[in-house]
Amino acid sequence: MELFLFVVFSLITLVSAAAVVWHPHPVKSALFLIVTFFAMGGLYLLMQAEFIALMQVLVYAGAVMVLFLFVIMLLNLKPRGEDRSAFRKRLRWAAPLILVFLGAALTAVTSPLAQLGPSAGQGVGWVESQGGNVRAVGRALFTHAFLPFEVTSVVLLVAVVGVIVLAKKERR
Amino acid sequence: MVSLNAYLMLGAVLFSIGAVGVLAHRNALIIYMCIELMLNAVNLTIVAFSRFLNSLDGHVYVFMIMTVAAAEAAVGLAILIALFRNKPTVDVDEINLSKG
Repeated sequence: MELFLFVVFSLITLVSAAAVVWHPHPVKSALFLIVTFFAMGGLYLLMQAEFIALMQVLVYAGAVMVLFLFVIMLLNLKPRGEDRSAFRKRLRWAAPLILVFLGAALTAVTSPLAQLGPSAGQGVGWVESQGGNVRAVGRALFTHAFLPFEVTSVVLLVAVVGVIVLAKKERR
Repeated sequence: MVSLNAYLMLGAVLFSIGAVGVLAHRNALIIYMCIELMLNAVNLTIVAFSRFLNSLDGHVYVFMIMTVAAAEAAVGLAILIALFRNKPTVDVDEINLSKG
């Protein structure tokens, strides 16, 4: 069952990710990206990362993609016909470069160094003993990972101030 | 149980798709979307390692990456709108004001 769900979710992820790159229309690219993020949320659930799965759906498929769609529609972009052949030309030289990278990455990933049994680290059932994933992540965020947690709030504050300064109309 | 390798391979392929998009597109918005795709591939890899090491430190990392990615998207799109006000294009080849 787990294998079946993994295959389904990863196929949806890969196909819609390819559609994001391939589709000529930016709005449809963004919609395919939402599908990708939802399927990745399913993959996180398979890995028993419930907190990350929720964050994925809320933050990525929700907030970030609404922002993207909003900007695309605000700028009113239309696909241009002559872009397509230039895109294919760039794809032809980009693909071999990335295939080299992909080959290297897959070699590294399938090497014996990347073999981990389920009994590594804290041991099976450790998360369950902490009262579930969300509670365990929450405890980690407010105890030994407290500094990174606070730094993220500063990052968000800087982003808010920066966006307001950038998007504000200049008065002269 | 699905092995760690399967998740890592999926992450690598997803990252490559995003990288191809960044190299092949000239529309700044689609380039941003492909960068998000690459960040997500990295998140998937980190969560997979976290799962197979039975540790939650990776989840905290992914939480930070998600926040930074959201901030990056907001700031990047604001820059794009500010640029669009001066020059109505999102083609990165035509936005070359600071080119030497």
